[in-house]
Amino acid sequence: MRLYFKFFSIHFRSAMTYRASFLLSCLGHLLITTNVFLSVVFLLDRFDSVGGYTLPQLALCFSAVLAATSLAECFGRGFDVFHQLLSDARFDRIMVRPRSPLFQVLCQDMKPTMLARLLQAAVMLAWAVPSGAVRWTPFKALTLALMILCGAGIFFGVFLINACVTFFTLEHVEALNIFMDGPREYGKYPFGVYGRPVLLILTFLVPLALVQHWPLQYLFDRGPAWYGLLPVAALLFLIPCALLWRLGVRHYRSTGS
Amino acid sequence: MRKYWSFFKMRLMAGLQYRAAALAGMSTQFAWGAMEILLYRAFWLEHPERFPMGMEALASYIWLQQAFLTLFAMWQWEYDILESVKTGAVSYELLRPADMYSMWMSRSIANRLARAALRMVPVILVASLLPAPWGLRVRISPAAFGVFLLSMALMVLVVCAYSLFVCSLTFYLTDPNGIMVLSVAAADLLGGAIVPLPFLPEGFRRFAELTPFASMQNVPLRIFSGDIPLGEAPSVMGLQVFWAAALILTGYLLTRGGLRRAVILGG
Repeated sequence: MRLYFKFFSIHFRSAMTYRASFLLSCLGHLLITTNVFLSVVFLLDRFDSVGGYTLPQLALCFSAVLAATSLAECFGRGFDVFHQLLSDARFDRIMVRPRSPLFQVLCQDMKPTMLARLLQAAVMLAWAVPSGAVRWTPFKALTLALMILCGAGIFFGVFLINACVTFFTLEHVEALNIFMDGPREYGKYPFGVYGRPVLLILTFLVPLALVQHWPLQYLFDRGPAWYGLLPVAALLFLIPCALLWRLGVRHYRSTGS
Repeated sequence: MRKYWSFFKMRLMAGLQYRAAALAGMSTQFAWGAMEILLYRAFWLEHPERFPMGMEALASYIWLQQAFLTLFAMWQWEYDILESVKTGAVSYELLRPADMYSMWMSRSIANRLARAALRMVPVILVASLLPAPWGLRVRISPAAFGVFLLSMALMVLVVCAYSLFVCSLTFYLTDPNGIMVLSVAAADLLGGAIVPLPFLPEGFRRFAELTPFASMQNVPLRIFSGDIPLGEAPSVMGLQVFWAAALILTGYLLTRGGLRRAVILGG
């Protein structure tokens, strides 16, 4: 763990060397997600509610998803460049070092600019939490924390799967972006809004709804309390992810260069 | 004119090579289009009376937007050109007996057409097979369709001219990233990329419609879906012509000025 923080501080300092460009890319990330939220504000201004949710409730939903994805993207960024590790055989060097390959891949790259989005999520939470969208109890606060932490875990798993696929295809598969960038974009509304088929896919196939739609039902007093613990169950998703990673590592043949 | 035409053809042919990438991109576009429509469906089922356009018109808008995404996407910058200005490789281009700006323009148009040509056909085909009101439908007269095609052409000009305007600014700025980031965000919001402009609050919509960004995808997509009637088309397209002309002129002048100032170090 100490080693990981060491790597994080290296990446952070290297990003800070070009301060202006660091701030600009922070601004860029912020503008994209602010735009997404503005689209919610504009539509709610016209329609008042969707699926029975009001604007503060949607702000709560979006900020939880935003916090989870930016945490995952900040630390799971190594997977983004994973196909390069494979194609120029840098993964060979990783395999011979006496540390877990997964750990080293994660240390390859991190994205401190994502902290800007975390800040935005914090600001939106600060607005949404006292706005009366939820009647808060200690257990509900716990549920919100679980949504963010386990959410980050699930998105991390999605990134991991994406990286594992490159063991077999050797290049980045664009189709998987639906599950990588998509949730951040579409997670602004609870997934139930998109209709039953989407909700079922995101509950049982890629359990994103377990860290968003279902616990939100509990927060808004629309569902039983055990929905609030579903984010923990979603972590089961990480088991097939880990198995796939092992399979991928075993399948790996160096490019030999 | 012939030399710009051959530049155009060269780029187009190079762009058409990336078929696998286009195929992968298409599946993403289906998913995004479907999610977008499902979202508006939720609003539509709850408050159909507050919908500023018909559900079918909106579905056509969204599918056409997905089909032509690469044609007007602001984030598809001309990285070759930006890089050549930054590194100074642009000096090689000066050796060519052609006007730099026109050369860039033909290249930029060809790039966008090639990317869109590969992606649009399957998206349009599948979307038009979907049941009403969720699919892509042509509900406008042949005359309006002609106007739509014309506004598409104008849109490509505006988008390319804007993109080259940013390239030409690079002669004067050391780092164009800031302006690029801002442009992408502005085009997303003011151009009807994330929410079609009719859905915006009245005052904000009026402001947005005057910006160059609204002269991009907003105009042809709304003409196609019938949201802009034929009678209003001339004034909206007049604005398109204005922005195309203004951006081309400033881009041209900035490039010429930038080249005149440029000092090329030998070596």
